[in-house]
This record gives sequence, structure tokens and C-alpha cells, in this order.
Amino acid sequence: MNKFSISAFIAGLLFSFGLLLSGMANPEKVLGFLDIFGAWDPSLALVMGGAIAVGLPLFALAKKRSSSILGAPIQLPGKREIDRRLILGSLIFGIGWGLAGFCPGPGIVATGALKPGAILFTLCMIFGMWVFHWRERRNT
Amino acid sequence: MTIDWNAFTPLTALAGGVLIGLASAWLILMNGRIAGISGILGGLLDWPRGDRGWRLAFVLGLLAGPAIWGLFHALPDIEIHASATMLVAAGLLVGIGTRYAAGCTSGHGVCGLSRLSPRSFAATLTFMGGGFATVYVIRHLLGA
Repeated sequence: MNKFSISAFIAGLLFSFGLLLSGMANPEKVLGFLDIFGAWDPSLALVMGGAIAVGLPLFALAKKRSSSILGAPIQLPGKREIDRRLILGSLIFGIGWGLAGFCPGPGIVATGALKPGAILFTLCMIFGMWVFHWRERRNT
Repeated sequence: MTIDWNAFTPLTALAGGVLIGLASAWLILMNGRIAGISGILGGLLDWPRGDRGWRLAFVLGLLAGPAIWGLFHALPDIEIHASATMLVAAGLLVGIGTRYAAGCTSGHGVCGLSRLSPRSFAATLTFMGGGFATVYVIRHLLGA
């Protein structure tokens, strides 16, 4: 394992703890947030708020740096367009998110907790990603 | 809209959010990469096999979280009420949708909004809207 992998493992672990602590690894809690027309649990808004409050100054710092602390280039997305792929893809994702209360991070964390439903979700998610990549490759 | 005050957990939500923000900031400042989970996972499926080491390590960190947490503290509830059919459909839609949109709740939601990216703002509004609408249909129109 090189320094980049060790650092990425720490980031993944911290992220995992954040999802567990915030309750967002629990799909019922996420669905409680998505149910704005029922008994609404606003917690997820505070998760996003807390993450962005920390992220704003630190991403601004990252933007100013030419390379990372470990010496890799800082790779920030350069794409600006709000196009059909972005909106349609986000809509498809949102519908899937609302069906079970899982998005990619919590799905993987709940898989780590060995929840059978989460394992099923994550395997299907990986298959969906694979199908998308396979189509993209074929079309180019 | 009525707020479910019994379910609302402002302190742990905020503290967990801060940890998620720190994790994302860590990855950009140390590795120079965006902590978009669908993008990191998607990159593992790509060909040719490029920078796989850090991606795999990040995913392993996510997976190891519950086990390491469990050494010190009881794991929080993870309640999954969706049927197997729903989980399969959800997984496929989330997998395809996040790759098509080049990001999910972490990449567009956390990292993108932290960078004040209009593109990520549009993505976040759209997937939140999709989620609200889907739960409305399932819980209040179909009564499931």
C-alpha cells in the first residue's frame, strides 16, 4: 500500500463514520427526510449543512493549491454545462434513491455492516454502473 | 408538511455532516481527488485499469467503517424495509443515474456544493426533487 492508498482509506473510513453518526447509513432515516409531505425528519439537511460548512473553506484552499499535500495534482471537475445527461441522470438517481432510501455511500457502508438488503442493493448498483460504462464504451 | 420532532436528530446529523465534510476535504487536500462515491466506484469498473489503488482503498475504508465503529460502540440502526424487488430496481437506477449524471449525493451534493458549482447545484436540486416525488408517490399515493 502506498501513501495515496493509506490516505484514501482514512478518508473512506472518516466518511463511513460520518454516515453512521449522522444516521444517513439508515435508509429509514433518509426516507424520513425525503417524505416532505408526511412526518418530515429534517436531519439530512443538517448533514449537508455541516458537510458544506466544513467543505467551503477547505475546498477554497484546495483550489488555490497547485498540488496536493502528498504531491498529486489537484483534480477538480472542469465541466460547467448543465446538460441533458446531468439532469436526466440526476432524475433517474433521485427516483432510485426514493425507492429504497439508499444512495451509493450509505449502500456501501450498510454492506460493510453485512445487511443483506444493502448487499443486494450495492451489487445491483455496481451492475447498473457496469452496464452504463459498457454502453459508453460501445458508443465511442 | 409536519416536522417529525421525535425522529429529528440535529446534533448527530450536524456532527456526522462535519465528519463527511472533513473526509471530503481530506481526500482533495491529501490525494487531490474529489470524494464522489459513485465516481470512485465507477472508476474501478473502467478500462484500462488506471489509478485503482486509492479508489479501492477508499471503498475499503467505507466498508470497514461499521466493523471498526463496532469495536468501540454499538452500531446505529440500519433499517431496510424495501422489498427485494424494490432494492434491485433502486440499485439499478442509482447505478445508471449516478454515472449518467457524473455524480451523486457526495460528488455533486457535498463536494460540488462546497465548490459552489452551479452544475452540482442543478444536479442536487434534481435528485432531491426526484427523491421527494418518489417517496410522495410510494407513501401517499400508493400508500405502501
